[in-house]
Amino acid sequence: MSELTYLTLTQARAGLLAKEFSVDELLEAHISALAAHRDLNAFITETADLARQQAKTAASRLQRGEAGLLEGLPIAIKDLFCTTDVLTTAASHILDGFKPPYESSVTRKLWGEGALCLGKTNLDEFAMGSANVTSYYGPVRSPWTAVGDNVAVVPGGSSGGSAAAVAARIALAATGTDTGGSIRQPAAFCGITGIKPTYGRCSRFGVIAFASSLDQPGAFGRSVEDCALFLEAMAGYDPNDSTSADLPVPDWKSEVGGGVKGMRIGLPREYRVDGMPSEIEQIWQQGASWLKAQGAEIVEISLPHTKYALPTYYIIAPAEASSNLARYDGMRFGLRVPGKNLAETYMKTRGEGFGAEVRRRIMIGTYVLSAGYYDAYYLKAQKVRRRIADDFTQAFEHCDAILTPTAPSAAFRVGDKMDDPVAMYLNDVFTVPSSLAGLPGISVPAGLSASGLPLGLQVIGRPWDEMTCFKVGRAIEQAADFTTLPYGLEAAA
Amino acid sequence: MSYTIEGNTGTWEIVVGLEVHAQVISESKLFSGASTAYGAPPNANVSIVDAGMPGMLPVVNAHCIRQAVRTGLGLKAQINKDSVFERKNYFYPDLPQGYQISQYLHPIVGNGELVIDMPNGESRTIGITRLHLEQDAGKSVHDRSDDATLIDLNRSGVALMEIVSEPDIRTPEEAVLYMRKLRSILRYLGTCDGNMEEGNLRCDANVSVRRRGETAFGTRCEIKNVNSMRFVARAIEYEARRQVDLIESGQTVVQETRLFDAQKGETRSMRGKEEAHDYRYFPDPDLLPVILPEGYVEEIAASLPELPDAKKSRFIADYGVTPYDAGVLVMEQQTAAYFEAVAQGRDAKQAANWVINELFGLLAKGGKDLSETPISADDLGRLLDLLNDGTISGRLAKDVFAIMFETGQSPARIVEERGLKQVTDTSSIEPFCEEVIAANPGQVETYRKNPKVIGWFVGQVMKKTGGKANPAVVTGILQKMLDG
Repeated sequence: MSELTYLTLTQARAGLLAKEFSVDELLEAHISALAAHRDLNAFITETADLARQQAKTAASRLQRGEAGLLEGLPIAIKDLFCTTDVLTTAASHILDGFKPPYESSVTRKLWGEGALCLGKTNLDEFAMGSANVTSYYGPVRSPWTAVGDNVAVVPGGSSGGSAAAVAARIALAATGTDTGGSIRQPAAFCGITGIKPTYGRCSRFGVIAFASSLDQPGAFGRSVEDCALFLEAMAGYDPNDSTSADLPVPDWKSEVGGGVKGMRIGLPREYRVDGMPSEIEQIWQQGASWLKAQGAEIVEISLPHTKYALPTYYIIAPAEASSNLARYDGMRFGLRVPGKNLAETYMKTRGEGFGAEVRRRIMIGTYVLSAGYYDAYYLKAQKVRRRIADDFTQAFEHCDAILTPTAPSAAFRVGDKMDDPVAMYLNDVFTVPSSLAGLPGISVPAGLSASGLPLGLQVIGRPWDEMTCFKVGRAIEQAADFTTLPYGLEAAA
Repeated sequence: MSYTIEGNTGTWEIVVGLEVHAQVISESKLFSGASTAYGAPPNANVSIVDAGMPGMLPVVNAHCIRQAVRTGLGLKAQINKDSVFERKNYFYPDLPQGYQISQYLHPIVGNGELVIDMPNGESRTIGITRLHLEQDAGKSVHDRSDDATLIDLNRSGVALMEIVSEPDIRTPEEAVLYMRKLRSILRYLGTCDGNMEEGNLRCDANVSVRRRGETAFGTRCEIKNVNSMRFVARAIEYEARRQVDLIESGQTVVQETRLFDAQKGETRSMRGKEEAHDYRYFPDPDLLPVILPEGYVEEIAASLPELPDAKKSRFIADYGVTPYDAGVLVMEQQTAAYFEAVAQGRDAKQAANWVINELFGLLAKGGKDLSETPISADDLGRLLDLLNDGTISGRLAKDVFAIMFETGQSPARIVEERGLKQVTDTSSIEPFCEEVIAANPGQVETYRKNPKVIGWFVGQVMKKTGGKANPAVVTGILQKMLDG
């Protein structure tokens, strides 16, 4: 353990530039932390050697004054991003032994900016899950445990490994992907900050697809400023992704502290869901008060189609997944379980290669796209999706950003909700609507639950207005002054 | 032009619609940068996108969009400014993504038409239902290994235009004429090379039969793999007869996909209904809708060449050639250009005759096409000039033409070097005439009763002069001598 791992990404960057410590010192501190926290199962593949190799280049670039945005900073990559010659699994058995001969556009940018790759983090299989319990490589446990309880809690999902790695001070920052909440919800559960930018802000090229119209890479950090810096390095137009936007990437990190004075912050009345714990309601009101105190105006808004968001999401996402996952057929890469003939080889390979949740979603997706059901399910879901997006457009006529809880509860124990998929799906009730609308959303830690687990608040912005998310997020961060460390890390700090 | 099948219970007619897959002429594939070159070693032209690797995304090739619009305009079709790529989902080893990207509900080209020219000079308009863009699949090779099927993904992702006709075709011959005309238009436009041998133009035929006079359609079968012009007619004839026999023996036609076996000349069932696919089409979320910018279609329209129909009308009007000859001349752009170069400032009907009968005759005999002709249009024109100004006779012109074809030499040089100039000088022709008259008193007697026999005398004199004498001059001299 070293206090170098307790720096924020921004602080570490400044330290390297000021030569307060070396790239090697910073990296070795993180590699030690990686080794010390293997019990979290946050990584599927560790790449310390790769990081050491990258560190040499980083050190010389720093020396020459040619540092990139993330020069010499150790980070982690969700194992959904393809990385050249490094095992890439999507946490699925079906990608056994798959080492891509290509690099995802986002990771290519990160290496170009000088980041060091500590490893590939665990996730829910094919990013399908909200607790990181569907991984073929086993569940990830959060570095947090509830007060008076030593049972592991989930880090959230699907980007659970990335969130746990950043929360446990193994990595300074990490990439995630968010389809219905897969960055924001684990950020909230792990007491860190996570941003899902506007759909199209980061390239999906080389990111293993779950639901193409929703998937969006994003960032985890231990501060809003870190997320802004990290996202700047990830984002940008990519001609290899037809859905990426040809827009310049703003200098978010410099304007994070711009404040909320004069902003109108909307609280959607439909987000007061039945059975929501009062501590969630309280932290939400607390957030609103903090912003009001800093000069924002709080307005009530309406997002009338909110209650249809989860069912809509659970039609569209599986539909796209059922088609996206057709390529895992045992023919060209990954697992192949031979059968007597072609059809049996397909069935055995896919039957054994995919876990239960993935199989469930493939079946749901296949069903909703089938002849005779397409209109009633998929087509209707697309129409509702349009309505949900329109809700947000109208709401943003009355406010500049929307404040909501990130998740309807704090993290739960590993093993809970496993027998009830719908209960699991409800984790994403506050994150799914903005995903369907393609909007940017950030989750910032705001406080602790009664059981001593982190609670997050979500700020949703207009399309391409990550800047406002960062400013509002920073205002909450300052007011919340969330400094509690996960249990077990306090002593080391 | 009617085509009917006489059955045991009455007369039947056939209804045919064609679905043609035309490979787009483009350097790279529809959604990847891999080459489309034919004949590369297996799997040499495969990008990680074509191989369906995890995380790979398609990016549409703008050139292929342009080619589809160009083809649509050539078929006088409605161009849809908004079109959508969808996924057609099914499992097959030569389909790496597990889905084919195609267009379904919103194709880039809508209703159009194609005019076919019947040999009797009439024409018929066949409706075009739609044209859409889609990816080709790879190829499964079953015969290279005893225990494995090998996959070649070179074709995987190559852009195809699927061009669907209305069920307006009523005879096997019309189907062939449709294919020929479509191929001709595609080649004029430069959007498909029409090479059926390489599989760049493929045809599926939807065939049904009904009793003559009925207006409702019968149950159709789709015949796949009809990969030559010749097979189109044969497959339709066979399939129609099969359906008539089925119905007349009390059975029913099952809607199914059938394969044409060219060797046996028959169609056979490919898959039954129990294996019928549910393709689960839905818009491809990796691709944005294709929206054609303002002025895009107009700009392409302005760049279209003169197409076969317009050229044919012009040839008939401007050159006075017969509709049939005009149809032959405009089938290929190159032929039309060749003809025009020969006809320019000359007798166009004569030019058409020489191009179609003489040149095409020799080319066909040598198994060559026009691009390999040893006789340039200029030289053929000069030969006609020599013929028309009396320098050489019609008979010699054909000989000179044959020599030109063999040697590639200019007609003037051949005529000069071989002394083939026509003789018009009466004093050198008269001795031959005298000789022939003297040697054939019997024929002279016949001539008295029937002056038409003079033709026989002319022929004899021409033979004696090696064809070099001017026939008109010979006739004049003979007339004078015989009548005198």
